[in-house]
Amino acid sequence: MERHRMLKESQIMKIHYITGIAAIFVVAVHILMRLIVPFGSSLEYDYIISNYKNIFYVLILESILVLIAIHGFNGIRIILLELRQNKAWENMITIMTISATIALIAYGTRTIILANGL
Amino acid sequence: MNNSNKNNKNEKKIILKIFRENTAQKTGSHYDTFNVPYKKWTTVLDALLHVKSYMDPSVAIRYSCRMASCGSCGMKINGIPRLACYTKISELETSTIECEPLPNLPVIRDLVTDFSRFFNHHKNIQPYIQSKDGVDDPDTEKKTFSFYQSPEDVDKYLQFSYCIKCGLCYSACPTVGTDLKFPGPQALSQLYRYFADTRDEAKNRLDIVDDRHGIWRCHFAGSCSKVCPKGVDPALGIQLLRSYMLGISKNEKKLAKKIEIQND
Repeated sequence: MERHRMLKESQIMKIHYITGIAAIFVVAVHILMRLIVPFGSSLEYDYIISNYKNIFYVLILESILVLIAIHGFNGIRIILLELRQNKAWENMITIMTISATIALIAYGTRTIILANGL
Repeated sequence: MNNSNKNNKNEKKIILKIFRENTAQKTGSHYDTFNVPYKKWTTVLDALLHVKSYMDPSVAIRYSCRMASCGSCGMKINGIPRLACYTKISELETSTIECEPLPNLPVIRDLVTDFSRFFNHHKNIQPYIQSKDGVDDPDTEKKTFSFYQSPEDVDKYLQFSYCIKCGLCYSACPTVGTDLKFPGPQALSQLYRYFADTRDEAKNRLDIVDDRHGIWRCHFAGSCSKVCPKGVDPALGIQLLRSYMLGISKNEKKLAKKIEIQND
């Protein structure tokens, strides 16, 4: 059987489970914070911009972004690995999902930074 | 004479639909149907052997012990992987019985499948007790040891040692259906069987299945445990292994005390 290069599959799956469980908590906080104001006004422009200026909320949003991106794209990698069993496909899937994770986190972080007026 | 007429009158018949294919001749596959007499105790294997003896000797089946010990007569009976010798016709409660080769394994002919891949996965997990003795010192090869295990030690792996390698769990596994590199429930549960054995001193046993197509690809469908004719729970073995690999369970295995037996 082939060996994994950088991380063992068990280490990747540990990250997968931890990010999944952690995401449940941060998404729950995110939803609760929307529920403390009337639902309609929680989507108003000014309210959203003010949220971006709240450092606590920004940290919640950034952690949702990172956790969901890692967990989600690793999930996609796992599904796609089953489709074909050859090294070229496996390496391509791994590189693509890592790239997509980094790209999504970078783009999301950029949005948070821009909305924060930095 | 009267008795035999009476017996024939009371004899029930079942329609046996058998999958036919000869991969060497590449003639494609079809089903042949036979009307087979059966009694309360007749097994599917008995019915297949009846077909082979009196109706069509060309039907290919693999069997040996007829008592669910050898694991040779595994096949898909009415859509579920089962041992033909362990499945009574009367218990199926259908008028037609469909016999097909085991899924997830290449067909050789009719109901006979090629187990090479299955056995290769089994061999890969090093299914034997590994002892440090004999590795460093070649003289220790001549030594024989007696191991002491408590009933609790044995309980940890006993049910997994009942595996007869019939391949039913492997053929029922949905992951094996898509990923041929996946070791399958049989190999993984056997890995747990040796990992949990206090006589085993292998250090890197878990690393064998810690890769992209290894233990983590199990979806926990649980079909392996459902079809096992020996009551083994491979899904449990896989989950126990995973908990060790994630560090949720600590491997506090105390190696079995061994005493050298003097060979005269």
